[in-house]
Amino acid sequence: MKLTGENIIEVENLVKRFGSFTAVDNISFQVKKGEVFGFLGANGAGKTTAIKMLIGLWSPTSGKANVAGFDLFTEANQIRKNIGYMAQRFSLYEDLTVIENIQFYGGIYGLRKNILKERAEELISELGMESFRKELIKNIPLGWKQKLALSVAMIHKPKIVFLDEPTSGVDPITRRQFWDLIYNAAEKGTTVFITTHYMDESEYCDRVSIMVDGRIEALDTPAQLKKQFNAESMDEVFLRLARPTESISK
Amino acid sequence: MNRRRFFGFLQKEFRHIFRDRRTMLILFGMPIVQILLFGFAITNEIKNVNVAVLDMAHDDVSRDITNRILSSEYFHLYQNLQSEKEIETAFKSGKVKEVIVFENNLAKNIYSKNIGNIQIISDATDPNTANTIVAYTRAILLNYQQELNKGTKPPAIIQTEVRMWFNEELKGVYLFVPGVMTIIMMLVSAMMTSISLAREKETGTLEALMVSPLKSWQVILGKVIPYLVLSFSITLVTLGLSMFVFHVPIRGNIFLLLGEVLLFVITALSFGILISSIAPNQMAAMLISMMGLMLPTIILSGYIFPIDNMPVPLQVISNIIPARWFISMLRDIMLKGAGWSVVWKDTCVLAFMAVVFLFLASRRFKMKLR
Amino acid sequence: MNERVIATNITKSFRSTKALDAVSFSVNEGELFGFIGPDGAGKSTLFRILTTVMNADSGDALVDGFHLKDEIAIRSRVGYMPGKFSLYPDLSVQENLEFFAKVFGTTVNENYSIIKEIYVQLEPFKDRRAGKLSGGMKQKLALCCALIHKPRVLFLDEPTTGVDPVSRREFWEMLGRLKQSGLTILVSTPYMDEASRCDRVALIQKGKILDIDPPGVITKKFPLHVIAVKSDNMQKLRKDILKVEYAESVYGFGEYLHITMKKENSSTEKIESLLKQQGHQHTEVKLIEAGIEDCFMHLMEHNKN
Repeated sequence: MKLTGENIIEVENLVKRFGSFTAVDNISFQVKKGEVFGFLGANGAGKTTAIKMLIGLWSPTSGKANVAGFDLFTEANQIRKNIGYMAQRFSLYEDLTVIENIQFYGGIYGLRKNILKERAEELISELGMESFRKELIKNIPLGWKQKLALSVAMIHKPKIVFLDEPTSGVDPITRRQFWDLIYNAAEKGTTVFITTHYMDESEYCDRVSIMVDGRIEALDTPAQLKKQFNAESMDEVFLRLARPTESISK
Repeated sequence: MNRRRFFGFLQKEFRHIFRDRRTMLILFGMPIVQILLFGFAITNEIKNVNVAVLDMAHDDVSRDITNRILSSEYFHLYQNLQSEKEIETAFKSGKVKEVIVFENNLAKNIYSKNIGNIQIISDATDPNTANTIVAYTRAILLNYQQELNKGTKPPAIIQTEVRMWFNEELKGVYLFVPGVMTIIMMLVSAMMTSISLAREKETGTLEALMVSPLKSWQVILGKVIPYLVLSFSITLVTLGLSMFVFHVPIRGNIFLLLGEVLLFVITALSFGILISSIAPNQMAAMLISMMGLMLPTIILSGYIFPIDNMPVPLQVISNIIPARWFISMLRDIMLKGAGWSVVWKDTCVLAFMAVVFLFLASRRFKMKLR
Repeated sequence: MNERVIATNITKSFRSTKALDAVSFSVNEGELFGFIGPDGAGKSTLFRILTTVMNADSGDALVDGFHLKDEIAIRSRVGYMPGKFSLYPDLSVQENLEFFAKVFGTTVNENYSIIKEIYVQLEPFKDRRAGKLSGGMKQKLALCCALIHKPRVLFLDEPTTGVDPVSRREFWEMLGRLKQSGLTILVSTPYMDEASRCDRVALIQKGKILDIDPPGVITKKFPLHVIAVKSDNMQKLRKDILKVEYAESVYGFGEYLHITMKKENSSTEKIESLLKQQGHQHTEVKLIEAGIEDCFMHLMEHNKN
């Protein structure tokens, strides 16, 4: 386990309120460099809000956080340069080709032309997408899109990549290929911060946190969590914690 | 059973409309603001225009006319000119918009030859204003001539020809009221209906409705009726406002007018349904109705730019713009007091368009996905 | 057996892509029938055709005894919950329900008993606008709206997609109870683990049905052996296992790796000794029964060509 080494994300007493509604309620945790960190929780538990704070899109109401070595309150711009983000609905342009998408995102992150060219070729051959390079995104299969979206989110070699339900709706083989990519990234030292609704995928994470009603109710390795909750599977752990507390999201 | 279904649908539509306060505010606020804007902007512009007078006659007729022009609220005497040479400098100063020149021996010519000449020169760098000012001046001259000729035979003629007889009081807002009404009706009927149907496509509710026993004509009618009511009431507000605030007259038959309004709204509504059957989402519906409907309506209907002044190709194109026919009918009925015998042709054209759109819309709008 | 849905050779293409390729199956009265497959497999297209919202290019189906061209008859007999929960976000919970009741020519009171169990959870929020409900609540309301006219066949297109495991489990429990009342239910889902909730499932991929059977039968039929392994170093384990030449496939399944192999080659001892040789600690090697996901992946690979 890579549970030693430096922290790449440090969160202390982070709070986000919308009016009277507390979406994120005083959460604290650390993520180690190179770790695959699973961030689970029921719908409306506050996962998306927490992620949006960590990637500098929303400013927290209170608390302390350091992401990729930068302070969340004062250096949000620096954070954005050092992280990658792949949203639920992956952010590729449907009417651009594979290579055009890569070039576009590389350009956004300020990669120089010759470096970008090199990275683009590298990326395409890594993914085995040579035959798709001039294909429009809307014409390539969903699985490929998702893999490409992940690679594009990491084109600037970020320290951390945030993945928000990246595998929902894909077939089981592609889902596993996607996880191979995640492991590759982690092996190279990229920290992976991921949310998912597939409980078997939570087993692939080094550590998992489970959010319930804005708070982190559990955080440990999958094996420890199962022991702690005396459960057969992560599915059971999740159900024990996230009991039907149906609440209205804001 | 069937009727309850339909009324359920209607009720839902009205709920959508009334719940969306912001849109309601825009829909009712916009015509009011537009009417006020046009009304005041135009009356202000025409008030207190600087004129210069070159009086070579110096007789009672020229003095009389000058007094009349200046005593109207529209003109203000900026200077008296002494010779024709000064005309150019007066205009170059930029202060004077119009110069009125009375010929030598004006009174004498009128009394003996029954014909007198008055020259109206106006600063045409702003042609719209110039046109209006000239028209005002001519109307005042005409007025004078009429008074002059009371009882005299043969009548004297002051050489100015145009009579703006359907707009004697010379207020531009009259011309704009029909235009504003048309634009609003177009907006509410075509754009709002198309957006509201496209929204159901987006949320997936249309798919749920497709599986219901509702017939496609029930959905169409359920979408049409609320917006018909809405645009009709907005029209009434606009009409009321222009009558009571700006004293715009309705000279023709009010029921004929409302009948034509109804016809136009139906045309616009069927166009809206047609748009929504093509547009995949709200954005597209809005774009198509803006670009395909609002712009041509504003530019080619004669609302702002007179059709007669357009290049011939545009004049031809303007024939397929429903608003063109409607605006001309509105002006005929409201300002000229025209009756059925005058507007029946335009009505037929509009009715034909309504039938075509309605036919196309009902052909295209199916309770099916493609 | 009383068949409520019989589909024969339903085919549909969008431009050059075949969304459905001669799909045939039948669903019995009171059955909970699942279509399991990833996005783009053709599940939504199939449901749209069966609910007469879309026309098939060829093929036909009998839905509750009526042919697809008999749209009106079918539409009044089926309940349909499209992929995106189709609710009016600006109408309240109650108004949504009342609207769908009216459109189908009934009232909420008349059929309240059908939705009662689900609706009581929504009742405290009945004046809340649907747009402000959480995902799980929207899903329940959409289900109520699809049930309010007492349909004989219910089509639910991916009702659990994007919904967390807790709400998903609750939803399936609700479906189980609805089934008890005799309703025929067709559900589609991309989650393989939901297959066990169905009486029978059709595994569907790229417009083709790979297999139809009760989930237990599908897993029984699996022609290979599945051996689950784990050790303290899963990354290395994976690389080591990939070198095993008699392994047909190696896939991660939660904390285990699943190795499939021909029955004649399968031996847990061989794997165990290999792991020892490679220096793995805390190993666990066991022969297990295949799950639906094992079967699906196997069928996917064998249908590639």
